[in-house]
Amino acid sequence: MNIVLIFLITIFSVSLFFYGKSKTKTISIKDNIKLNALPKFYGYYLVLWCSIPALVFLLVWSLFEPVIIKSIIIETAANQGAIFSDKNEANLIYEKIKAIHLGTYFGDIDSILRESALAYAKFINLFTNSKVVLIFGIIIASVIYSLKKIKNNNKARDDVEVILKGLLFVSSLIAILTTLGIIFSLLFESIKFFSVINIFDYLFGTNWSPQRAFVRDASSITAAEFEELKDAFGFIPLIAGTSFIAFIAMLVAVPIGLFSGIYMAEYASIKVRRISKPIIEILAGIPTVVYGFFAALTVGPFFRQVGENLGLTVSSESALAAGLIMGIMIIPYVSSLSDDVINSVPQSLRDGSYAVGATKSETIKQVVIPAALPGIIGSVLLAVSRAIGETMIVVMAAGLAANLTINPLESTTTITTQIVMILVGDQEFDSPKTQSAFALGLTLFIATLILNYIAQRAVKKYREKYD
Amino acid sequence: MTKEERLKKRHRAEKRFRFYGLTSIFVALLFVVILVQNIFSKGSSAFKKTVITTEVFFDQELLEIQNGASQEEIMEADFYDIMIENLIKTYPAKDRDEEDELLKLFSGDAEIEIKKAFLNDNNLIGKTITLDLTASDDIDQLHKGNYPRDLPEERRRISDFQLVIYDYFVENKKISKNFNNYFFNNGDSRDPELAGIGGALVGSFYSILICLLLAFPVAVLASIYLEEFAPKNKITDFIEININNLAAVPSIVYGLLALQILLATIQLPRSTPLVAGITLALMTLPRIIIPCRASLKAVPPSIREGALAVGASKFQSVFHHVVPLALPGTLSGTIIGLAQALGETAPLILIGMVAFVVDIPSSPVDPSSSLPVQVYLWSESAERGFVEKTSATIMMLLSFLIVMNFIAVYLRQKFEKRWN
Repeated sequence: MNIVLIFLITIFSVSLFFYGKSKTKTISIKDNIKLNALPKFYGYYLVLWCSIPALVFLLVWSLFEPVIIKSIIIETAANQGAIFSDKNEANLIYEKIKAIHLGTYFGDIDSILRESALAYAKFINLFTNSKVVLIFGIIIASVIYSLKKIKNNNKARDDVEVILKGLLFVSSLIAILTTLGIIFSLLFESIKFFSVINIFDYLFGTNWSPQRAFVRDASSITAAEFEELKDAFGFIPLIAGTSFIAFIAMLVAVPIGLFSGIYMAEYASIKVRRISKPIIEILAGIPTVVYGFFAALTVGPFFRQVGENLGLTVSSESALAAGLIMGIMIIPYVSSLSDDVINSVPQSLRDGSYAVGATKSETIKQVVIPAALPGIIGSVLLAVSRAIGETMIVVMAAGLAANLTINPLESTTTITTQIVMILVGDQEFDSPKTQSAFALGLTLFIATLILNYIAQRAVKKYREKYD
Repeated sequence: MTKEERLKKRHRAEKRFRFYGLTSIFVALLFVVILVQNIFSKGSSAFKKTVITTEVFFDQELLEIQNGASQEEIMEADFYDIMIENLIKTYPAKDRDEEDELLKLFSGDAEIEIKKAFLNDNNLIGKTITLDLTASDDIDQLHKGNYPRDLPEERRRISDFQLVIYDYFVENKKISKNFNNYFFNNGDSRDPELAGIGGALVGSFYSILICLLLAFPVAVLASIYLEEFAPKNKITDFIEININNLAAVPSIVYGLLALQILLATIQLPRSTPLVAGITLALMTLPRIIIPCRASLKAVPPSIREGALAVGASKFQSVFHHVVPLALPGTLSGTIIGLAQALGETAPLILIGMVAFVVDIPSSPVDPSSSLPVQVYLWSESAERGFVEKTSATIMMLLSFLIVMNFIAVYLRQKFEKRWN
């Protein structure tokens, strides 16, 4: 239906374009008046008026129609005596009604379901008909309005440009809408979560075992259950595990990345630089699931084997394997950024140092690096924020059980791993377990935001210093 | 310490420092080589499959259909007995147990493969043809040498008797390797020998297509606005800060966004390329806007002023002159953004693309998988055969990424004008 409507709108628009173009031409010849714009702009003007309001309406309608129909149908089903205790059962009944309507349901159909299916058919019909009527109404109204405008010889080019400029502005607002969407969706569930779990229990608890809260409705929780849940959502082991793996990653990425960056900026010939820089950047372009596969199937077992030979017990999901591979992934972030930063240190500083007899490495260590330090710290912080937000490597190579440890050979878990583990597969939407994933997401979002903010400030300050 | 000694020491320090830098680059390059080599050595065997050459006799009595039967009749017909009858003839087995072990050497699709041969030529009743039937995963891995046969029997998935049959097949040249069409055509399967990336390829294609259709126009329009039209004020600054921050938000957060808004609130269908495409578009948008703006910024003001001077409106100067000149940079930024989206896994897992989907999706609203999610799914499987399948999927994924990046670099180098 929607495709037919879009097709019709397109046809109307195209024909209105030619109509507007020729109409204004004939008017200008017949009445011998000078047009305020080229004839084609009158065509564009009509096209914009014909299509934009109708398409916007169609989009908004399509977004809300299923939700509204669903709530109406569930209500009618309840009125007819359907029994469901929570949202999931209601959803199930709704899916059944829909399937009956489409003729794809093969289970037993009782009278309630049959009646509801009939009501569903009725509402679908009603909604579709009113959608079509409203869209045509909108098209007719806007076309009448715009036709009147062009007959009065409006400044069509200016008007078209104003509308287009509005479109451009709206496109740039999508970024803000996305941010709002993220904040809204994270906050919404997190607030529900924190109404059950005390925020301090969450922030300072040392035990993370969300499976205890599985399949439990947050709204109808008993006091005994509440006590039990109280210490199931302690954030400390997760942030410890996340920081620990990120720390191992930085131990790998910072020295290698920094030294490569320095070498490429200060020593490498143009030829070496031109070959090695893109190859190192390949590391940043490889999908993280590939690293995860490599860590889980090659590096993890390899470390365990080595550990066995040395007489150590190494978990096959050790923090070391995950951290090492994550570090490799992050090398190019550190090397490229520090390369850029070092390159923008003014040559005069180096020349001054050479002039008093310093060697190249002494110049780098005592002049270039101190000068570039804020930028380097910024790039390292950006890399840290990558590391704590990285998901696939830790999901595949790090452990699942929250484990407060500083032994790199044991397994630990991370924030992102827990989010995936909680949300993978079917979830109960109202259980604190599911909501905890959103609280974790919110925490992650805020943490990366702060890190990025500091990093960007540091890099920007540094750039301004030498501009 | 004399002057000379001090100087020598300093020069040694210089050499050491240089050596550290060179070593770091070398280590980073080594990681690339190890990673790629590891994947390729594990994955390249997946493009071939092991087949067992079998004589198939179509017995009228067992088949119960006539020569020249219609498509529907053949589809309805039971080829199970024909399959059993012919497969046990491949090796002189002594009793039922041995026959069972023999049958386990063939894939679960042997019946369908025989049926397909009959569908191609429905005059085969009473005739014998030679078919290459797909071998089971265990035989496949054994034949490819991925499976050690010198383990004790209880630690092997293949029994001693099956090894005897295998050796008999090898001796009689009945076993060989063919191009693995299943890997490209089939959807997911629990049997490694039948599992393929067909569904994941289509799913990824739809997701990326939707991502492109949504993200590219919006990103281009937004960057044109911000670069060319936006007044310098608080709102513009706010939008800019927003875009920079969004580009650094961890991808999994977009998964949470999609789960809450697209699935729970708007109720789009779960596990579908449609939702995946929208999610990836939201994620890719800021990552495309940043290079788009850079390429618009690189067009010198003289171009704009020239157009304005001959009477073009601001819009005409931008759309007729600036945008076409910035297009190569814009396109290459978009392709690189799409390449990142193609490899993205975490948000897709949250929107349910980890579901086990056998069918190849026929539209963007059918449940499906995607290439990186398929890698994740198979890497969690215990069967040996999935290791090579996973690696081969990674090879496919990496080759798509290489091609996309290559196109991006080519576009930029070939068409981008340098203004000096």
